[in-house]
This record gives sequence, structure tokens and C-alpha cells, in this order.
Amino acid sequence: MQLPDAETLCRQLAAQMRPHVTPDTVLVGIHTGGVWLAERLQQELGLTQPPGAIDVSFYRDDYGARGLHPQPQRTEIPFAVEGAPVIIVDDVLYTGRTTRAALNELFDFGRPARVELAVLVDRGDRELPIAARYCALTLPESLPASQNLQLEREEDGTLTLRLIDA
Amino acid sequence: MRNPQLNKHGELQHLLTLDGLPRDVITAILDTAAPFTEVAEREVKKLPLLRGKSIFNLFFENSTRTRTTFEIAAKRLSADVVNLNVSTSSAAKGESLLDTVDNLCAMQADMFVVRHAASGAPVLIAQHLQATARDHIHVVNAGDGRHAHPTQGLLDMYTIRHYKRDFSNLVIAIVGDVLHSRVARSQIAALTTLGVPEIRVIGPRTLLPTDVERLGVRVFHDMSAGLKDVDVVMMLRLQNERMNGALLPTPQEYYKMWGLTQEKLALAHPDAIVMHPGPMNRGVEIDSAVADGAQAVILPQVTFGIAVRMAVMSMLAGQ
Repeated sequence: MQLPDAETLCRQLAAQMRPHVTPDTVLVGIHTGGVWLAERLQQELGLTQPPGAIDVSFYRDDYGARGLHPQPQRTEIPFAVEGAPVIIVDDVLYTGRTTRAALNELFDFGRPARVELAVLVDRGDRELPIAARYCALTLPESLPASQNLQLEREEDGTLTLRLIDA
Repeated sequence: MRNPQLNKHGELQHLLTLDGLPRDVITAILDTAAPFTEVAEREVKKLPLLRGKSIFNLFFENSTRTRTTFEIAAKRLSADVVNLNVSTSSAAKGESLLDTVDNLCAMQADMFVVRHAASGAPVLIAQHLQATARDHIHVVNAGDGRHAHPTQGLLDMYTIRHYKRDFSNLVIAIVGDVLHSRVARSQIAALTTLGVPEIRVIGPRTLLPTDVERLGVRVFHDMSAGLKDVDVVMMLRLQNERMNGALLPTPQEYYKMWGLTQEKLALAHPDAIVMHPGPMNRGVEIDSAVADGAQAVILPQVTFGIAVRMAVMSMLAGQ
């Protein structure tokens, strides 16, 4: 499958979001691809507040079956969540379980005014009632479960999408 | 024979001792603890990882700090914690250790945190669970006799890594009552595994094990020589409750010879840190000016201890 250019998708996503963000909008990226994407969107949208980062390892619903993720990253929210308009940012939306975990974690920091979801790619096959308000690309047909679609960042900061056999 | 602490996939099954625990497992615990330190700053200081798990704190020996930090760690992971006050429990009525364990297993225990005055008690429980095919129940040693205190050793490693970044060029001194100290044994095992090039033990001959050199440490019977140019000073508590007979003259004389004062600390590296596992005997092994001074990291050790215990419990219960 020919993968679309992530840089182009980034600009399209920013264009979708631009009419709706306000100066007090804050972004929260989900590790790792979502964090890179949130940093990029903050620049493109000219938001003053640096984005937060969430690692959902401690909130995953498959912990009982699969154990702890081997290298959890630090969750860092450098602003008050209480009363803030938040946009959760992730590279790929799939089952929706990661988004569910991120929502739960976010609420442990306070009660946001509202929460929206922005993703680069929606690959379908949802297992939870979750939808992205902003989405640059919806794949026309679903990918095999054995394949991981994820964002990667080159040394010069260029973002690319990669399909990996899990 | 397989390491009894690891399951067949090489993952942590029980935490009994740091002696023989592979370097990558120790490093994984320290890496996992790092993100847990941030939970204390949240509005809701709780993670859902151990929701629905029952953890029994089995303390057959007194402890305030260790039991409390284990309890806080388990509660921050959303586990249900039961503290058994053993002085008023069935043990006082004559029930054996393993009968107590079996009864708690019948109450659907998922983990035991065990402190016992007898070396090997947690190992005995782990072997009993393995022999009866109860691999889903985990044991954490919270200090057994003179043997081991692995979570203390791990939180000490976390503290050193936090302040010194790297273990590969450090000179570290362990000072005081090594003979009675399970903390010292766990520290030496972990420091050796993590590749610290020079570990010193400093203390009077009566309070050092006779074969202590065999652990790969340099032995000093003089504070001035032993503390020279060290990067980390790890003080030990003088364990009066474990002493029989005349190992020591008086606490005042001990302080004069082996107490850590500002003057003695000045011989160490200028940015050396001072650690102590607590509880401190001020004016015996450590002077108040040092304990409350700029180089002391004794209270951060306690805070890091919660994150390290959260890491251990979440790695155990998630397998």
C-alpha cells in the first residue's frame, strides 16, 4: 500500500483545526507519535502553551493480560487541566482503547472544559464509541490486525508514516 | 537451577534479594520507577494499575517507614491493602508462618509484602507458593533478618542515579554497622551489578562481617582514610536491637570515632551526597548538621522509595 506523505497530512490537519482553536486551547499528545505531532501542531497553529504529553501505559485495559509496557515514558502536563479546552493528539486512531486510557488519565489532572480528539490517520476497526473531531485521512479499507501503522520522526524532524508487521 | 525470583520468561516473579538479580532487571525497575515519581504531583494521586488486587502487608517485625511507603505505593496503584499487625495476630497464638500464608491465600491474596526477623522467611513463602502451584501470587521481601532488603537497595540505586546519573565512575562508601545490616548487603549486591568501580565499607572490626572483603569491597577501619574523595556516603543505622554483648563501647564513643560530622564529610568529594536508610540515630552515627545539611538526600530517598515500590509491585502483578 502506498502510504500518504505525513507532512502533507500534518498541514491538512492544522488547517482543519485552525478555525476552531482559541488562544487558551491546549494540546496533549499521546506518546510517542502523538507528542511529535502535538509539537508540530502547536507551531503551525501558533499556540503559546507548549503541549502536554501522556503515556497511557499505566491506564491500559490490557495490563492484566499483557503486563506493564517495558519502558513507560513520563506523563507531563505543564498547565492546569481544570477548566481548559483540551485537544488530545494522536498519530493513528484504531480501536479507540488508547484514547479511552488517555481520557481517564487526563481527568486525574482536573476537569477540562471540553476535550476533542485530533488524529493524522483513522485506520478504522473501532472497539469503543470514539470518534475524532479532526482527522487528516480516513483509510478507505481497514488494515490487517497484524500490521502496525505508526508515525516516525527523522533526525531532521521530518515526519513519516510507516507500516510495520507486528 | 532457575533464579527463583524470575519466571520462565525471565520476568520478575518475586522480589526476594538483589543478589543475583540480572542488571537488566534492576535497570528496568529503575526505569519504570521514574514516571511514577510524577504521580505525587497530580490532582488525583492514583493510577488504576492494581485495581481489584489484594496486597497483604505481613510485618512480623516493627517498621514504620517501610510499611507506610509500601502501603502508599499500593494505594497509589489502586490496590486494596491489608496491614497485618502480627503482634496481635494468630502468630501470637501459635499459627505457623505458612499456615498464615495459606489462610490469606484463601482470602484471594495477590501479593505478600513480608518483613521478618528471620533471614529467609520470604524465600520460604515463595517456595511454598511455587510448590503448591500458586504462581499468580507474588512475594516482595520488605526486609528479612540480616539477609536482604531489596526495595531499600533499589531506592538507594534510584537516588544515586538521580543525583549522579551514571554508576561507572563512582566511589561509594558504606559506613557503620555492616554486620547486622541487610540494607548494606542489598546495596553492595546492586552497586556491584550496576558496575560501580569502587565500593568501600567503613566501620569498626566488631561491626563488619569477618569475610566482608569477599563481597568485592575495600575495607577501612578509619573514617578519614575511607571517606577521602568519595562521591556517595551511605550511612547505616546502628542496630542496637540486634546486638548481643559488647560489640561497642558507648554510643558517645561510637559517635566520636564513626559518627558522620561536617569535618569528616569535608574529606569526601565536595558534591558528595549523604544517604541514610532511616531511622536515624542523631548524635550516634550522624550529626544533625549533616543530616539536615545541603548534601543530605535522606528525605528524597523516602519519596523515591514510593515510586520504586510502585514499580516493583506493578511489574510483579502485571505478569
